[in-house]
Amino acid sequence: MSAPTLARPDERPGRGTSPRPGRARAATHRSLVRSIPLLPAVVLLAIFLLGPVISSFYGSFTNASLSGASAQDSAFVGFDNYAALFADPDFPKSVMLTLVFLVASAIVGQNVLGLGLALLMRSSNRLVRSLVGTFVVTAWVLPEIVASFAAYAFFNDTGTLNNLLAAVGIDGPNWLYALPMLSVILANIWRGTAFSMLVYSAALQDVPQEITESAEVDGARGWQRLVFITIPMIRRSISTNLMLTTLQTLSVFTLIFVMTGGGPGTDSSTLPVLAYQEAFQFGQLGFGTAIATIMLLVGAAFSVAYIRALKPEVD
Amino acid sequence: MKKTLLSVVSLGAVAALALSGCSAGGSETESQTIKVAYQKFGSFVQVDNHMKAVKKAFEAANEGLTVELVPIEAQENDYATKLALMNKSAATAPDVMYEDTFRVQSDSDAGYLAPLDEYTSEWEDWDSFYDNAKNAGLGSDGKTYGIPMGTDTRAIWYNKDLFAEAGLPVPFEPKTWEDVLDAAATVKAELPDVIPLNVYSGKAQGEAASMQGFEMLLYGTEDTLYNTDDQKWITGSQGFVDSLGFIEDVYQGDLGPTPEQALDKNVGNLVSGEWLPQGKLAMGIDGSWLSGTWLEEGTAPWAEWDTVMGQASMPTQDGAEPGATSMSGGWTLAMGSKSTNKDAAWDFISLALNKDNSQAYDIAASQIAVRDDVSQDPDYQAANPTFGFFSEIVATTHFRPATSDYAQISSAITVAMEAVMTGQQSPKDAAAAYDQAVVGIVGEENTESAE
Repeated sequence: MSAPTLARPDERPGRGTSPRPGRARAATHRSLVRSIPLLPAVVLLAIFLLGPVISSFYGSFTNASLSGASAQDSAFVGFDNYAALFADPDFPKSVMLTLVFLVASAIVGQNVLGLGLALLMRSSNRLVRSLVGTFVVTAWVLPEIVASFAAYAFFNDTGTLNNLLAAVGIDGPNWLYALPMLSVILANIWRGTAFSMLVYSAALQDVPQEITESAEVDGARGWQRLVFITIPMIRRSISTNLMLTTLQTLSVFTLIFVMTGGGPGTDSSTLPVLAYQEAFQFGQLGFGTAIATIMLLVGAAFSVAYIRALKPEVD
Repeated sequence: MKKTLLSVVSLGAVAALALSGCSAGGSETESQTIKVAYQKFGSFVQVDNHMKAVKKAFEAANEGLTVELVPIEAQENDYATKLALMNKSAATAPDVMYEDTFRVQSDSDAGYLAPLDEYTSEWEDWDSFYDNAKNAGLGSDGKTYGIPMGTDTRAIWYNKDLFAEAGLPVPFEPKTWEDVLDAAATVKAELPDVIPLNVYSGKAQGEAASMQGFEMLLYGTEDTLYNTDDQKWITGSQGFVDSLGFIEDVYQGDLGPTPEQALDKNVGNLVSGEWLPQGKLAMGIDGSWLSGTWLEEGTAPWAEWDTVMGQASMPTQDGAEPGATSMSGGWTLAMGSKSTNKDAAWDFISLALNKDNSQAYDIAASQIAVRDDVSQDPDYQAANPTFGFFSEIVATTHFRPATSDYAQISSAITVAMEAVMTGQQSPKDAAAAYDQAVVGIVGEENTESAE
């Protein structure tokens, strides 16, 4: 160990340009050894994330099914599933419903409401903060199936909402039947806002007080401070949060399935519900995985868009 | 230092391997257990009771063998899905399963079922089964894959008290669809709190909607789903549009449950367990097994059911010959192809469906017997006053197309029904969408136009 230490001052000008082979090997070896603890995580990721993605991608090019001859030996059918999917009138409708659900409940609802709550809670007293916090986080803490049944009981024809409305003399509609998309969107906002609120609360604490104060001294109004100081400073959190809520909302299944079952008809069949229906009700596994693959692409497209638009890595 | 780390890691790896070895192994040597999968859902507990009784008898007679019962709590289509998923892996595949006759072909094509011919050829009871019942258990290769437990027919069940209250004639003898709808309209006018007519409909009801609901209508028109002679599926038929029109009349004309009630997965249990016994529903197109729920050992015992409920056969659309129509299905016991102890599985099946056990099950589940020794048994005939009525309509009954595409086409029918009952599509548009779906499922070359 002593020889390299002694040699170092002489070599400093050329450091890094031509490292000695022995040292490079040692460094590689050392970093390999140091990454051993990462191995279990990498293996688990490969098994539980990459594996299903690859098998779903492959499955979407086969005619695999739950029953019938193709359940035994499924054949490679090329793009047949995709061709059938794009010819299916349910598919564009389902894509539209998914986008409406995504934009209304995640991008607008959860993010704006979450940021709003975080801002309000920052300037409120401790009691209000803990009360509101507990109330909002409760929806997040509930297991998805419990939250779904709670939302079902709330929006049901004879449920809490219509009883409340009846108490003030309003005859409420049958929400789940007449306004299925609005119901599931509201339910998803209720359930997911807590997550955005927590992320933004944490981010707001990192905005240095001095900058806000100096902006105030310069005469910036409340909304100007928000738009020109706060939001640019929490840009990275916004990007991360948008990505997480988008991906989470894109895969919401239990909530919709419990509340409306994708119906009435196909009026709330978003892509996950459609994929489930094709794969497990109609037994066409290949066709169902084709829908799942499309969902994967939609999610990837949104992620890339967020990363590009908000440039979280650049300061 | 490094050595210790390495040894810890390798020790962990060895332990993990050993543990996973423990959990994965065992299935090879455990053929002393036979796994029996069947449906148990809401008021449908008769198979569960039957299997529990047979398990006891089987274990007493076969020292060392155990029967593991796997009741699957799911509505019909979900049951089929769960069963298919179980069958996909040898680790979970059952040895014996409760299998719908219309899925025998597609599941045997899928390689889930084991042929039973070598067993039936040596089974003296096999001669007691009716030939048409035996045919229902055949796969597309002509081998026997399922041993029938019983069959069923469908008709209109109506509440005589409510009919009398509404001023309708009892017994009710409708000659056309119009008569049925008129009676429903009278009930609606006279007894506004009562649901006039229930016809199962929509995706949530699965096969119950397409068979008890839609096919009971369609097979009373001049059209059918499938041309057996040409082996082609029929598209563009007027009967299909008219049948959807009946559904529209019922649900958009407020003669049935509200569409949201009808789309509840639980509606079948509500009909048999609450609506009919509590006088909330005047009539329903339902199966011959319905009274099983009201027997003493059923889930909703109802002593007066026999005096209150009447049965009328389902009329054809315009009263055309033979004047009535019905649909028949039935369930079988089948053997899993991945079973590691097929002989024991067969012993279980043959015990479960011997004369005495068949008879006990047929009585408990209100099934129409498929063994001549059971149907001629005076105890069986005396057990349920409706057996006579439902056995008679076997004369006008129809069977579903026994092809492996049927399950998917049945789903397409429920999609069309749901679109019509919720008012999203007219019967004509929904029928056109169905035609397109059928072409997508079986291919243009396997369909033919109704004209």
